[in-house]
Amino acid sequence: MDGKHTTLKAGAKVAAFTGLVGFWTISGFAYIGDLANLAGRSAYFTFIGPFQGRPFRITRAFSQAMAIGVEAIPIVSLITFFVGLIMALQSAYQLRQLGAMQLVAAAVAISILRELGPLLTAIVVIGRSGSAFAAEIGTKKVTEEVDALRTMAFDPVAFLVAPKFLAMLVMMPCLAVWADFMGIVGGCVFGVAAANFTIGSYFQATQDSIVNRDIYTGLIKSVLFGLVITAVGCKEGFSTGAGAEEVGRSTTAAVVTSIALVICVDLVFTTLFYIINPT
Amino acid sequence: MAERSEDAAISVINLRVSYGEREILHGITFDVLRGETMVILGGSGSGKSTLLRTLVGLEKPSSGEVWIQGVNTAKISEREMDAIRKKMGMSFQGSALFGSLTVGENVALPLREHTDLEDSTIEIMVRIKLGQVGLANFEDFMPSELSGGMKKRAAVARALAMDPEILFFDEPSAGLDPIIAAGLDELILNLKKAYSITMVVVTHELASAFLIADRMVYVDRGNIVALGTKEEFRSSTHPRVRQFLDRVPEPEVVQELDYLQMLTGDHTSKRG
Repeated sequence: MDGKHTTLKAGAKVAAFTGLVGFWTISGFAYIGDLANLAGRSAYFTFIGPFQGRPFRITRAFSQAMAIGVEAIPIVSLITFFVGLIMALQSAYQLRQLGAMQLVAAAVAISILRELGPLLTAIVVIGRSGSAFAAEIGTKKVTEEVDALRTMAFDPVAFLVAPKFLAMLVMMPCLAVWADFMGIVGGCVFGVAAANFTIGSYFQATQDSIVNRDIYTGLIKSVLFGLVITAVGCKEGFSTGAGAEEVGRSTTAAVVTSIALVICVDLVFTTLFYIINPT
Repeated sequence: MAERSEDAAISVINLRVSYGEREILHGITFDVLRGETMVILGGSGSGKSTLLRTLVGLEKPSSGEVWIQGVNTAKISEREMDAIRKKMGMSFQGSALFGSLTVGENVALPLREHTDLEDSTIEIMVRIKLGQVGLANFEDFMPSELSGGMKKRAAVARALAMDPEILFFDEPSAGLDPIIAAGLDELILNLKKAYSITMVVVTHELASAFLIADRMVYVDRGNIVALGTKEEFRSSTHPRVRQFLDRVPEPEVVQELDYLQMLTGDHTSKRG
């Protein structure tokens, strides 16, 4: 009797667990579907809408581009400069034992260009802009501004989301290039100070050690990161419920989900690049 | 299917609206005639705001029909709905002005986006609309610099921007002191005189309702329990209407059976 009861309980638990896994899977796909829907509709309003008599206001994208890109330059510069320096220190730690200090430039360049430049840029942009998107749209939702847009026959996606996507698509690669440069400058400071490089020879060594592929794979990733950050920020903003604390919740969700998804996208595409051309 | 009246600006027929599993409106039928001011009365949570949101197309009905300007908006796409929305104005409870734009830009926005008017013409129209609501010379203020009553007026100006045929108000006097609220009532009366626009006003302020209404409808727990002129309302004998008009609180002691049901959590559905 007791044993049968336990098996039943265990069976129910297994059933509940599989059900839960199914639920997570479906809601995960639904979430990604929502993101794709936002991106697709924004693409429509940006690129196709203008030809169907729905003008796209480029000025909105400009002000977004200022907030996303230009205003992020100081913090992106600072972080990638320091990380470039740290990378140089860390790799020198190993390379010194092998007597291969001249490889510091290559180690820094490849890790920054391929991975850290775009990724750190994405993290900074998530903190600055992804959270701001969620807070802005969430607040507009709470104060009925989103409803007001709809009753005035505006599509909230065209109005609020499309300019952000456009700005992000342009600014993310720009920021990533700048981040790459600042990271290398950080490495250069170490190279000149502690590894017998001159500024000229450090940049020459950097140039010799990288190929085009290192640059463009990083840039492709940065564009994808931008898409993910915008979609998640806006989606979380639109799913804000009623009340001020809900805005806080969606802002947190936007940041956490964006970071997780950016890392996932990074893994998937790094793997993809590796499989396509494993050199 | 009920007959639609020919001179109705809005016809609602057997409208049902649900949020998820929960049905809010249980089959509502009424007409709003052209040029009249219809006040939707009801207590908190009665479904009157949901009704208004459905009329302007913010909620989709689960069944029933909403005829506006001869079109059943329950059956049309967002894009077709937008064409109708351009002929409607809505003033929100919390004004819902765009915080990043000045008052003037708020009013100008629908004109800029939906018309081909010159900027100079739009500027003049903005001044006219703001003048009509008593906010002349306020076009360069940010919404955050305005008081609650002024924000509501600005929202009305924005709702008027496209010269709408139907104007919707969600709780125009909520959260305002009696003097400012009276000012808004007067504004609504003036608009009525000047334009003879069809207006639908959701409110629970009785004084305001009896001042501005041509007809009223009382919504209670998702159903219409009374519909008629002010006089008919004043002389109504319907217990819920009387309770509302005479400001009688809900009785403290509920039916014993209901109370038992509430305690045991056995919620049998009362839909139908």
